[in-house]
Amino acid sequence: MVATLLSNTPTLLGSRPVAGRAQPRQVAGRKALVVRAGPYDEELIQTANKVASKGHGILAMDESNATCGKRLDSIGLENTEQNRRTYRELLVSAPGLGEFISGAILFEETLFQSAEDGTKFVDVLNKQGIVPGIKVDKGLVPMPNSNGESWCQGLDGLAQRTAEYYKAGARFAKWRSVVSIPAGPSPMALQDCAYGLARYAAISQASGLVPIVEPEVLLDGEHDIDRTFEVAQEVWAQTFKYLADQKVLFEGILLKPSMVTPGADCSKRESPEVVADYTLKLLKRRVPPAVPGIMFLSGGQSELEATLNLNAMNQSPNPWHVSFSYARALQNSVLKTWQGEKKNEKAAQEALLKRAQANSKAQMGQYDPSMESEGAGEKLYEKGYKY
Amino acid sequence: MPCQHFRGEMLNAASEERAQSLMRLHPYPWPAFVNKLTLYSPLQPYHFLSSAHSVSWFYSVPCSLLCDLAEISLFLVELPSSSCKMSCFKGKYHDELIANAAYIATPGKGILAADESTGTIGKRLASINVENVESNRRALRELLFTTPGALPLISGVILFEETLFQKSSNGTLFVDMLKAAGVLPGIKVDKGTVDLPGTNSETTTQGLDSLAQRCQQYYAAGARFAKWRAVLKIGPNEPSELAIHENAHGLARYAVICQENGLVPIVEPEILVDGPHSIDTCADVTERVIAACYKALNDHHVLLEGTLLKPNMVTPGSDAPKVSPDVIAEYTVRALRRTVPPAVPGIMFLSGGQSEEEATLNLNAMNKLKVLKPWTLSFSFGRALQASTLKTWAGKADNVAKAQAAFLSRCKANSAATLGAYKGDAPTVAGASESLHVKDYKY
Repeated sequence: MVATLLSNTPTLLGSRPVAGRAQPRQVAGRKALVVRAGPYDEELIQTANKVASKGHGILAMDESNATCGKRLDSIGLENTEQNRRTYRELLVSAPGLGEFISGAILFEETLFQSAEDGTKFVDVLNKQGIVPGIKVDKGLVPMPNSNGESWCQGLDGLAQRTAEYYKAGARFAKWRSVVSIPAGPSPMALQDCAYGLARYAAISQASGLVPIVEPEVLLDGEHDIDRTFEVAQEVWAQTFKYLADQKVLFEGILLKPSMVTPGADCSKRESPEVVADYTLKLLKRRVPPAVPGIMFLSGGQSELEATLNLNAMNQSPNPWHVSFSYARALQNSVLKTWQGEKKNEKAAQEALLKRAQANSKAQMGQYDPSMESEGAGEKLYEKGYKY
Repeated sequence: MPCQHFRGEMLNAASEERAQSLMRLHPYPWPAFVNKLTLYSPLQPYHFLSSAHSVSWFYSVPCSLLCDLAEISLFLVELPSSSCKMSCFKGKYHDELIANAAYIATPGKGILAADESTGTIGKRLASINVENVESNRRALRELLFTTPGALPLISGVILFEETLFQKSSNGTLFVDMLKAAGVLPGIKVDKGTVDLPGTNSETTTQGLDSLAQRCQQYYAAGARFAKWRAVLKIGPNEPSELAIHENAHGLARYAVICQENGLVPIVEPEILVDGPHSIDTCADVTERVIAACYKALNDHHVLLEGTLLKPNMVTPGSDAPKVSPDVIAEYTVRALRRTVPPAVPGIMFLSGGQSEEEATLNLNAMNKLKVLKPWTLSFSFGRALQASTLKTWAGKADNVAKAQAAFLSRCKANSAATLGAYKGDAPTVAGASESLHVKDYKY
């Protein structure tokens, strides 16, 4: 008997009528089509839905060592493993963080680190009700023969790495590809972006990790919001086609798009309502309803902007959970408050909770900007930002 | 006022206040809303631009479908702003396409596919021993269009070219008859399928040559939507990548040409039911095909909000054991949730050889599923609306009333099915449960 495939709690593919994995049939030397079946399907759907739960979003804290170094440097701290560990411990042990944060993306180093008292960070997060995630790409490198564009590497050995990360407690993964509007984008860069994401997604799912699919349309440029909209539509069309070709299970992925905004250097700015309008239109044209959650990146918007825009997008019901996966837009005030001083830790954690709560409210469309301080409006945009 | 999208919702009296307040904001002369049926023809639209630039359409749903609801229920469609400087490419018919597509996708209504080519309709007539001449073809269509009570349940009728220019027996153009009843005329624009060399009898659909001019003529004659049938089949090595790609791109080219000329394109990638394959295989193929279609539509800058999808339901092959409507519903809705963006207003299923009753039960089961479906799920049935009507008519004037009763019965059943409200109690007419499957069906 076929179990209910579409109950609210996902048991979508739990009892598949095809026993075990479907086998390809050999017909006269040509392979017949394979019906997709994966060992982690049910768990993937559960994890994706847990991360995409109401009033919750993702804390992105997966800065590479070099990038984390820049953060520490900005408050006069040396870029040592200990300092990175201390900073991450501050974040993950903020009391009650799980009320607003459903997932935390870690860098590889952090996945295997522990708190001062010896508890593994993975366990600290799980106790908070926060799903641990892991950045699995190996960074952007220049793409030959392109318009100065980059491609994202990391497919080699990915199956093995993701299996190890799963064993260490990670349950979702993240891979960040970028697309540049001033550079075109060129068709080859666009295709590679989509292809890399699709392959990474299929491999991650085979290892039990929910892939966050992130083709970031960079903010850099003087282009207006219409141009961003055009490019974003193409990027997502390409991405979904490649995901479908790779037989990725859509009920077990999350998206991490950039919002549709004017370029950073465009003189014509747009209100949150207009940004929300364009962004929702994009999503409705490109995202199948099977995808459970869309977790926006902040990409250099100020903490305040990022929250306002998210709030504007949640003023009426959407076919998918529309939320946040913020790094800078959650951490900026935290860093500024902490300054590397132990005595500031509590206040820094409070700053984190404050931003997390603001974004949680924005996810539910209930955000009230009058409760904000000045620092929240600080510009976080960096030209040519290297993550 | 942010852009709200209420399409597909049955609003109760509490929301009538909202409807009333919206009406008060606008200077248009609104008719009074009372507890009776009124159909607002989309061809004389009650639309207006509010200060927030939203375009709204109001319809009332026949009370007979609302069962026990005592209040007035309104089906309120508030469309996204068209004055936003949205999307760099915006065709001339942008707003009209969106409005017409949304209208066709009105819950409680569906499409009557009456676009059988002369050859195909000949086969139908032959099956009831009626000669295939123009007067008989006209008589059949007239029988359908003049059925009392049927047209309010139909949002669009797909016509063959001959019918688009035909008149009824009292001299009224069929197109005008439909328009007066608030039904949008549609037109089949493809020119049939041809084999793809090097494949195992896979096909592509032809008809792109001079399509733009033909669309203009059809629009002038009153058509407001079009249909193009792409056909794929399931076999050991089918559908091939070539067949999928070729048909998807044909559909995309057809769609954008239609939109440029004011016709809402129905995108129909039919995967034939022929074969011994399981429902899993059908699901996999359907997902692949529809994904390819939307990629092609995206590439060709088709305005998704101004299109409709006409897919097959996901079922086991015709030579495989049958499954229940609930299973078909789950597989079908799952496949669509994975592939059809919410911007598409309506999914109008083809019946593809299912019996009249089967098709209705399956559609009903889909609409009862408690999962988010951001598009209307409705019907675009040919055989599954006309089969028992045809049998009952048998070409005799004496049988017209009974035949019309049979037709109305199927219309009512399917209309209820779009609301998940069909109780399986349509009066049994001879042939309603008969399979209409014809192997390797050529339309």
